Amino acid sequence: MAINWFKYSSPQAFLPLAGRMIPWFSVAALASICVGLYIGFFVAPTDFQQGDSYRIIFVHVPAAWMSMFLYVVMAIWAGLGLGLNARPSFMMAQAIAPTGAMFTFLALLTGAMWGKPTWGAWWVWDARLTSELILLFQYIGIILLRASIDDLRRADRASAVLALVGVVNVPIIYFSVKWWNTLHQGASVTMTESKMATPMVAAMLIMMLGFWMYSFAVTLARMRCVILDRERQPSWSKHSSIHEVVEAR
Amino acid sequence: MQWGSASEFFAMGGYGLYVWVSFGATAVCMVWEVLAVWRRHASAVAESRGES
Repeated sequence: MAINWFKYSSPQAFLPLAGRMIPWFSVAALASICVGLYIGFFVAPTDFQQGDSYRIIFVHVPAAWMSMFLYVVMAIWAGLGLGLNARPSFMMAQAIAPTGAMFTFLALLTGAMWGKPTWGAWWVWDARLTSELILLFQYIGIILLRASIDDLRRADRASAVLALVGVVNVPIIYFSVKWWNTLHQGASVTMTESKMATPMVAAMLIMMLGFWMYSFAVTLARMRCVILDRERQPSWSKHSSIHEVVEAR
Repeated sequence: MQWGSASEFFAMGGYGLYVWVSFGATAVCMVWEVLAVWRRHASAVAESRGES
């Protein structure tokens, strides 16, 4: 996002900005998901090998992408927080984690729903599936570690370190289908070539865009909650104007 | 358009269960998350006002 986060990193500036942006991202998310579903179910043809089960791709791939991408974004905010000692960066990382965990869970669930008809098994201990499952445990670990430390500064730092260390798993997930012989199929679409019919690719990319917009909207909304919740913590210096900002919205 | 009827659409060529559980679970999770954040924001604003 082409936004100068430092300019808006103070809670007083962030709250109204987030309030203005969330509706736009929500509308964009809803519109692209509707278009994506329409193309995915009514324009894209039935796959000659997998029949209609392949349509799971329209939620599976966007969810899996978001699970990895949100982890990287969360780790970047965590790293910025550690490097600059910037509280808003830690708060962004905190706001992203639950959405990332949800998409990881959905990627695994929809993967199981696809694996059963395609491979005959809900689950196999394949490199792609196992590393994605580890990603879910990482998200849960980061959320629980934060929740288990009462001191906010310590919680910020500890969960940021855990998030940064865990980022090593993301390339492992991404390249697992190349590095190992996996049951999981390789990438159907890369930057240079596509193995799928045009409407299939279009539906998948539009759904991905929708999940992106959804993630922006919901993490910004959660960021607002995190700011307001922390504002009530005695450890955080009180800015009286934050109440006026909330009232003004 | 490849669907002859609504029941054909919901059957998804025999894969209806897998397809609809996938899309249904995704929809439920996303809607639930939005509602959860919504409620959390409402209560955070309410408490913030109560203290000021």
